[in-house]
Amino acid sequence: MSNTDFVLAVEDLTVSFDGFKAIDSLNLYVDKNELRVIIGPNGAGKTTLLDLICGKTKASKGSIKFKNEELTRLPEYGIVRKGVGRKFQTPSIYENLSVFQNLEVSFPRGRGVFGALRFKCNAEVRERVQSVAEEIGLAEKLHTEAGLLSHGQKQWLEIGMLLMQDPELLMLDEPIAGMSVRERELTAELLQRICQNRSMIVIEHDMEFVKRIASKVTVMHQGKILAEGSMDKVQSDPKVIDVYLGH
Amino acid sequence: MTPAMTSLKDGLLKGGLGSLLILALIILVVFPLTLDLFRLNLVGKYLTYGFVAIGLVMLWGYGGVLSLGQGVFFGLGGYCMAMFLKLEASDPETTKIQSTPGIPDFMDWNQLTELPFWWKPFYSLPLTMIAIIAIPSLLAFIISFAMFKRRVGGVYFAIITQAVALVLSVLIIGQQGYTGGVNGMTDLKTMLGWDTRTDSAKYILYFVSAGLLIVSILLCMWVQKSKLGTLLLAMRDKEDRVRFSGYDVSMFKVFVFCLAAALSAIGGAMFTLQVGFMSPSFVGIVPSIEMVIFAAVGGRMSLVGAVYGALLVNFGKTYFSETAPDLWLFLMAALFIGVVLAFPNGLAGLYESHIKPWIARRVAARKASVTPRTPAAPTPPSTSLSSSAPPAAPARA
Amino acid sequence: MSLTDMYNIALMQGFAGLSLFAVLLLMGLGLAIIFGQMGVINMAHGEFMAIGAYTIFLFSTLTQNYLPNAMQMYFPFAICIAFIVAFIVGWFVEWALIRHLYKRPLDTLLATWGLSLGMQQIFRSTFGPKEVSPTLPDWLMGSWAPSEGLDIPINGMFVLALTALVTGLVMLALYKSRWGLRVRATVSNRVMANAIGINTRKTDRLTFAIGCGIAGVAGAAFTTIGSTGPTSGSLYIVDAFLVVTFGGAASLLGTVASAFGIAQTQSIAEFFMTGSMAKVLTLMMIISILMIRPQGLFASKVRR
Repeated sequence: MSNTDFVLAVEDLTVSFDGFKAIDSLNLYVDKNELRVIIGPNGAGKTTLLDLICGKTKASKGSIKFKNEELTRLPEYGIVRKGVGRKFQTPSIYENLSVFQNLEVSFPRGRGVFGALRFKCNAEVRERVQSVAEEIGLAEKLHTEAGLLSHGQKQWLEIGMLLMQDPELLMLDEPIAGMSVRERELTAELLQRICQNRSMIVIEHDMEFVKRIASKVTVMHQGKILAEGSMDKVQSDPKVIDVYLGH
Repeated sequence: MTPAMTSLKDGLLKGGLGSLLILALIILVVFPLTLDLFRLNLVGKYLTYGFVAIGLVMLWGYGGVLSLGQGVFFGLGGYCMAMFLKLEASDPETTKIQSTPGIPDFMDWNQLTELPFWWKPFYSLPLTMIAIIAIPSLLAFIISFAMFKRRVGGVYFAIITQAVALVLSVLIIGQQGYTGGVNGMTDLKTMLGWDTRTDSAKYILYFVSAGLLIVSILLCMWVQKSKLGTLLLAMRDKEDRVRFSGYDVSMFKVFVFCLAAALSAIGGAMFTLQVGFMSPSFVGIVPSIEMVIFAAVGGRMSLVGAVYGALLVNFGKTYFSETAPDLWLFLMAALFIGVVLAFPNGLAGLYESHIKPWIARRVAARKASVTPRTPAAPTPPSTSLSSSAPPAAPARA
Repeated sequence: MSLTDMYNIALMQGFAGLSLFAVLLLMGLGLAIIFGQMGVINMAHGEFMAIGAYTIFLFSTLTQNYLPNAMQMYFPFAICIAFIVAFIVGWFVEWALIRHLYKRPLDTLLATWGLSLGMQQIFRSTFGPKEVSPTLPDWLMGSWAPSEGLDIPINGMFVLALTALVTGLVMLALYKSRWGLRVRATVSNRVMANAIGINTRKTDRLTFAIGCGIAGVAGAAFTTIGSTGPTSGSLYIVDAFLVVTFGGAASLLGTVASAFGIAQTQSIAEFFMTGSMAKVLTLMMIISILMIRPQGLFASKVRR
């Protein structure tokens, strides 16, 4: 059943909280370099799905394979080290540190206690921070305290922190929430750029944005997959219209 | 210079060295010259509490973990040293009037007839010194590993540290045959033949304590300036984000807890050497919480501040206990409440937020009035983690 | 010794365990409400118990001096007054101190520790450093001997009965009264509770005060089994917290179960070893179990 070509293979995944099934026997497959968008009404289980993949929540049943390695047994930091990055709904950055420090801390070296003690910020680290900062459009703000950034910039910073880890699967939870129109455009461009080297799962509600970036769309409802396919196919699916998109 | 030394130098030059230098001056030069030996000995005693305080700065200020049981580690270090000194003071010659000569007096009073096997390693000074660091660190490792791996933190952890302090103090008091009970181990006189009660010995011990404290502060500063220090601050702020950046958060907390334990143990050992005894009154809940107040008053984010805090609070305690003991407890109550409500970063925080800007303004005003000249190009702000102190973080419980 | 003797000793030991259970439960109840429902650590809880105890003492002295005929009857009346006094002090403390610190549990811990030091000093200055005991009415003294060789102390039974009464009242209030509903709503979702018109500040104050009042009753109960001094409160504070933590802070049932477990473990252990070793053993067992299951025995499974 599991195809070794998939970056992410979720099979028969179930999680219930006190009897309520938030995710119900879910199957999901993501290809290499695919930008998959997950949409659905509130409470469909989208964020829970990301929580399960990155290890924040433990599944009751089922398997999650990343490049054919089982993730459900690993601790959160182990999953990250395998190459999965997760961005949270509200920008989760270190407000008291500068943009540079935020990015530097995310550099994937010196992750153990003694490694962190010995970590040296050398040219390699500096160059990488510089290039990621340019990628996310914050190169001018490297020495600003992160708490002073605008909401949109904080979202970009968090994406940047994930990029520093160079993940093969990047998961974003509502990345453009609270952004202006211009910022949304820039973010769409950013996501399309960074998708060239990695797979991405994005949860979003803005249909225009979804249409722009998605190669494939998955619609979730009540913990199950309702429909899957290209944006056009999904938008014309009567079940989806009924539940989510409206008439 | 090795890379480690270079980064140490960088760290010192950019931040904190100035205040450390002032502290070193005060405790290594000013105090010995101005205080009589009795008072100096007292200061030496207070400085050993400083070890606990700087441990708490790392653990609580930086790591965000409140431990109400540091007395446990202080006591363990102190008792290890006391055991060594007691054995030396209990040689068969001196104890020949006992029913069983050659064992400590309290064992004799409790009808023990031979030294328990676990006392035997403490005949050797090197083994004792290893034990002083190893035993508390091991205990700290076990407790913190079990707790932090299970995500026990905050209040629950604090209460459990209290319980551990209670367990150890009850154990020590209850097993008086093995530990000297509530009176502790007293009558400690010589260390490898050197009499620790002479005036010259007291001077030497004072300088050793003060020196060790300065070295410990340097060590902690090195940790603070490293990526680990920044991670600790980040964890305090957004533990989940650190975890999801690939870090095993619990091991960092374990590290800093063991560091604080080892520092407290060294303090305990130096205390025993200077004061000549160790008792369970330094191990339990009340002394452990008092040690927290030293760090809180001095400033839980400031290593140097915490030492001042320990000195100040203990000076106050000694002074008021003699003159107005009733007033002292009210003062302590006010300190606890005040630190929490009004000045959460302690005296160091007050210094940073009020005094330093005032000084800066005065200096700038004077400069402006003396020579108007084109200002020099501003130096580029330090960009790397290993050379700049992170901006002062607001105290968060 | 004979079988009856062993049977009697077992019963009396079991009863001693029950007494300890009652003491721990009374202490834990007030704390469970404050800590479990509100997340506030009150390190001065022991001192509120002392307030209750000292109130009884005051009442006993007053009755003795002014109304000696009422000596047999003052006790239940005094318990109610103990509740009220502790309640009022708790109300004031919440207003003056606690309400500033709701989001900061570690700071509350330190601040209330300071408060406890201050309160201890007030006790010392008012009542003196030595321990005091109220004169108890006759019906509380002595023991009841249902059979030969079996002596059940009456004050122990009184404490048990009082504990049962108070526990029942608290459960009733929390689950059947409007106050209880408001408290549970505020605990679940403070913002929403505010939005629908619940005065969360008042609810908090009331809850804290009631928790302190229960502590006062606990203190009153302790005067029947021991004397009271300025530091009496600190004897029990760690035990009380462990009872609440072990039981699972959000569950009153958990508090009952854990108080029972801890009390029985300690008194059974005391049978086989010295008092201090029994305490050490019990504490270490609690700590180990908490290490394995940090949320306590009865934890609420809520998706956060």
